[in-house]
Amino acid sequence: MSAHLLDQGAAAIAAAVREGRATATQLFAESSARRMATHAGAESLNAILWPATEPPEAAVPGGALAGVPVALKDNFATRVLPTSCGSKILEGWVSPYESTAMRKLRESGAVLIGKTNMDEFAMGSSTENSAYGVSRNPLDRSRAPGGSSGGSAAAVAAGIVPIALGSETGGSVRQPAAFCGVVGVKPTYGRVSRFGLVAFASSLDCVAPFGRTVDDAALALEVISGHDPLDATSADVPVPPMRVGPGSLDGIVIGVPREYFPDSLDPAVKAHCDRALDALRAQGATVRDVSLPHTEYAIPAYYIVAPAECSANLARFDGVRYGMRIEGDGVRALYEATRARGFGPEVTRRILLGTYALSAGYYDAYYRKAQDVRRLIAQDFTRVFASGVHAIFTPTAPTTAFQIGAISDPYEMYMSDIFTVTANLAGIPGMSLPIGRVNGLPVGGQLLASHFAEPMMFRVAYALEEALGQEAHR
Amino acid sequence: MSATQWEMVVGLEVHVQTKTRTKAFCACSTNFGDPPNQNTCPVCLALPGALPVLSARAVELAVRAAFALGCTVHPRSVFARKNYFYPDLPKGYQISQAEFPVATGGHVTLPDGSAIGITRLHMEEDAGKSIHDRFVGMTAIDLNRSGVPLIEIVGEPEIRSAAQAGSYLRALREILLFAGVSDCSMEEGSLRVDANVSARPMGEVELRNRTEIKNLNSFSNVERALELEFARHVATYEAGGEIHQQTMLFDALKGEVRAARSKEGSHDYRYFPEPDLPPLVLDAAWLEVQRAAVPELPAARRARFRSTFALGEKEADALTAEVGTAAYFDAVATASGDGKAAANWVLGEVLAAINADGGAIEHFSIPPKRLAALIALVKEGQVSSTAAKSLFGTMRTDHANPQAIAERDGLLQVGDDAALIGWIDEVIAELPDEAARFAAGEKKLQGVLVGAVMKKSKGRADPKKVNQLLASRTGA
Repeated sequence: MSAHLLDQGAAAIAAAVREGRATATQLFAESSARRMATHAGAESLNAILWPATEPPEAAVPGGALAGVPVALKDNFATRVLPTSCGSKILEGWVSPYESTAMRKLRESGAVLIGKTNMDEFAMGSSTENSAYGVSRNPLDRSRAPGGSSGGSAAAVAAGIVPIALGSETGGSVRQPAAFCGVVGVKPTYGRVSRFGLVAFASSLDCVAPFGRTVDDAALALEVISGHDPLDATSADVPVPPMRVGPGSLDGIVIGVPREYFPDSLDPAVKAHCDRALDALRAQGATVRDVSLPHTEYAIPAYYIVAPAECSANLARFDGVRYGMRIEGDGVRALYEATRARGFGPEVTRRILLGTYALSAGYYDAYYRKAQDVRRLIAQDFTRVFASGVHAIFTPTAPTTAFQIGAISDPYEMYMSDIFTVTANLAGIPGMSLPIGRVNGLPVGGQLLASHFAEPMMFRVAYALEEALGQEAHR
Repeated sequence: MSATQWEMVVGLEVHVQTKTRTKAFCACSTNFGDPPNQNTCPVCLALPGALPVLSARAVELAVRAAFALGCTVHPRSVFARKNYFYPDLPKGYQISQAEFPVATGGHVTLPDGSAIGITRLHMEEDAGKSIHDRFVGMTAIDLNRSGVPLIEIVGEPEIRSAAQAGSYLRALREILLFAGVSDCSMEEGSLRVDANVSARPMGEVELRNRTEIKNLNSFSNVERALELEFARHVATYEAGGEIHQQTMLFDALKGEVRAARSKEGSHDYRYFPEPDLPPLVLDAAWLEVQRAAVPELPAARRARFRSTFALGEKEADALTAEVGTAAYFDAVATASGDGKAAANWVLGEVLAAINADGGAIEHFSIPPKRLAALIALVKEGQVSSTAAKSLFGTMRTDHANPQAIAERDGLLQVGDDAALIGWIDEVIAELPDEAARFAAGEKKLQGVLVGAVMKKSKGRADPKKVNQLLASRTGA
């Protein structure tokens, strides 16, 4: 099978469309065909929940993503398709307004081909918590694609789109990127507007792109970044070029935090990390051991802060104005019936956890303490980056993609975010890129950089991707 | 008979809508009385994914209110979410301020000289409105108010009588009106009062359990409700009972205070910092500009009116009863340099004209400068006070300057001897009997003769000169 234009990088696709060698409609048709081919039968990927069936409207000519098919996680408000957040409570809801990320993609010429499956309200690490069925990992359909942005990761890995958007609260893009063998970038908090991203935990949530390659992800991030007057937490800073390309890493210091390489780490994952570090050295980088001593408190702090914020963020799903409504005797009964029926067990668990943590008498012991821990974790990073380290390298996840249904203990599931959640707590950028395979399953390597240092992070990522070449997928 | 003297202890929480054109966290209009749910958007409807962005104007007015009340304004304050479920609270939480309010301290000085402390002033947003009587068996929700900016002013429990509570509220309202912070209209809901009241034996230091009265829709109802609730506390204690902390509702029609449903007031609001809004950081230089921008407040203005324009207490009070009146008077008095005359005109003709027309003084058809010019004409003796009144009437529809109108309409006073003598001689000829008696010493006839001259001159004759000339012409 000769490689289709859709298998090339997003930049090449857009160039072909701009130069008239291909049309958005042709690309949409190819993307749709691939979706249909992978979304049939019992082994359906179930990555795309709500496909666009209309051919694209006249794409913006000359845009950076002209004609490029993209998929968005189902928690981005879009005017054209439902926005369900993987939840029954929003089943069939179509937003009357558009998220800033969607608007920027559209204005750059990208064509929305569908909304992707996700753990309900982005709570989960496997996409098994979706009210619309689990998504499957394109590399092994018995396995989960990771989560919560599993549908977007699977759509990119399956070649349906070169670029997709997910969202991150504790690793929901980097972890599925690692599981599916694609690139996932969590930008600095504030780099990309959250306007129109349905909130899970506002102080942690980030819009985060997937790409098949580092360049796809960098291009997507360039397009969606920038200050937005509609998001008070979006940073009013210039957007530097992200597509820095491969080059020498002379003078670059890579920190390797020992806390991210515990004895329990899968030796095969560890071996791939060592190979990646060798590749970085070969590009001229210096590798240095560093310590981020508060890492072990990250998961406990995260599971206070995120549920606390979610308990308030999800209060608006009350059956009064939109979404599901189960009538009851009086408004209280309406709330109780709607929310009990509309939310799945993981969402319910986190709302209860968060409500408890914020209750009178517990606030200081839980929420305030967790925020203190969060500051300490951020300080760990600040100290390491101030010591001359340009980027940090770690494994993205402790394991490769697990079997669907294999993890039933919520706590065990929470631990799959152990290496990613720190970047969300500290607000720094991080990304995952493929560094090899174990038993045919992808392993992700994680790069972390200091606030707004995405260009440095990408510089290392481009070099690593180039150095590993096809080894990254072996 | 019980000898215990009971003391009322009251602390008031006042919610004031600041006068912004748009809501606190979105660009929707705050216009009152628009069709239900017209002024809404994804943000104030709390659609999934919508985010609040703080209105700079709302901050400015909150800070101005704080300075006007003598509060300490904090350079850093933090918005918080106050969580509770209610159908007219679309997000399921209200954005407010809790641990770190924008201002603390401050006080309101009452006319009797006492001062009531202000604990804190914080910013928050309004909820929507539940309408229970519109559709049978259903509640309608109007979210036009959702997200309208409010400031909550929490007073110290230093009020000791219902009358003092009324006095505090009137003084507070006046300050906020003069500062241009709010319309303070209880009818339109831009000023709302919750009253915390407790009773204790006179001399007891500890505060006893309080109850909070809501649904107070006028200052006089606040006073009525406080009297009723205080009496209930006292009666309960005297009967050996206990008062429990709870929320009460005032029913103005029945004239009673009754307990709200027990759930009210027992909320755990689970406050935590609002992660969608960064802390509010106010620059020191900006704060100084805002402090300087606080307009002159009513007490200061009253004092200045009395000292600068030599007004009496009653006049100064009347002139500062409304912001617009005070500003209008100020402009007239300053331009004319005659405070006494300005006060007479404003409190007399001007207010009468406005009351008759029902308009606002800000839009009165005679601008202060022209009224000052009229006052000058009277003072210079160019028009008589009688002519001035008629001139004032003309000036309400004719926007030429008063001098020109007076000339055109022949209202300028005539002091020219020849013209006056002409009229006087005509009068003597017409009333020879009266003239002769006047000349013979019957002084009371002077009025008749002068009046006749004035009439003949159509009010233009200078009465002083007529008096002088009358004697010589009659030979008196």
